[in-house]
Amino acid sequence: MAGPDVAWYVAVAAVLFGIGALGVLIRRNTLVVLLSLELMLNAGNLALIALSRHFHNGAGQIFALAVMAVAASEVCVGLGLVVALNRRELSLDVDTLSELKG
Amino acid sequence: MILASAGNVVVWMVWVVAAFSCLGSGVAVISFSNPFFSALALIGNLASLAVMYLLLNAEFVAAAQVLVYAGAVVVMFLFVIAYVGPRRETPWSGGPSWQTAGAVAAAGALLVEIVVAVGMQANGSLHSDGKIGPAFGTPAWIGRVFLVDHLLAFEITSVVLLIAAVGGVILGSHTRRATV
Repeated sequence: MAGPDVAWYVAVAAVLFGIGALGVLIRRNTLVVLLSLELMLNAGNLALIALSRHFHNGAGQIFALAVMAVAASEVCVGLGLVVALNRRELSLDVDTLSELKG
Repeated sequence: MILASAGNVVVWMVWVVAAFSCLGSGVAVISFSNPFFSALALIGNLASLAVMYLLLNAEFVAAAQVLVYAGAVVVMFLFVIAYVGPRRETPWSGGPSWQTAGAVAAAGALLVEIVVAVGMQANGSLHSDGKIGPAFGTPAWIGRVFLVDHLLAFEITSVVLLIAAVGGVILGSHTRRATV
């Protein structure tokens, strides 16, 4: 395989997942938390595709496509929640959204 | 032989650029105070990930990544950010300092855990020999694998997307007055 080994790709995926997890933990804006979740999902996708290439098995790429669909669903519901919160003039700060009582 | 090693160097250079821009734009996503710039940084992250997918012979997934993420998801983010208006929030501003320190420690522990688990499991076996068929990753091959071997997963994915779309519409059209 020309270029770096699969281990390098998996290392990048691990660091990217760590960055996304840090973003979810330190940010309070709901939109940025959703963006950090996208980072974590993409790190998972990178690891799946790297290992799919490593094991010469197509299931990893199919799984990555399914993860993309789930990420799109998650963004759809998450942004729907943000729009609903904004319409009720509630804060988008995750620290103040400590209850789901409607 | 010289040509092959030159190609190897080019692939390494492309990989290094893609990896550093991937991690750099990831840091940018979580460190901009304006969510608009975070969403723009996510586009750079997705583009560099697509380059790495191309290096891994996943052409179809790279194209789907650019179309689905940069084309649909990020645009939806930008629309919602424009809809809710500017809400600046600097990183490291949430809660007392022990919470911030705990967040950093938790993220670091997660990273160390992943590295240790993958390293112990792989045990130095992650060296690919590069023997793949010429069709690996092409749209025709993906279509055959997706619609023959994994047809149930494909159908369930479509149902999940439908349910999420209905949920998004219901959440967005809810007009009951806030009581707070």
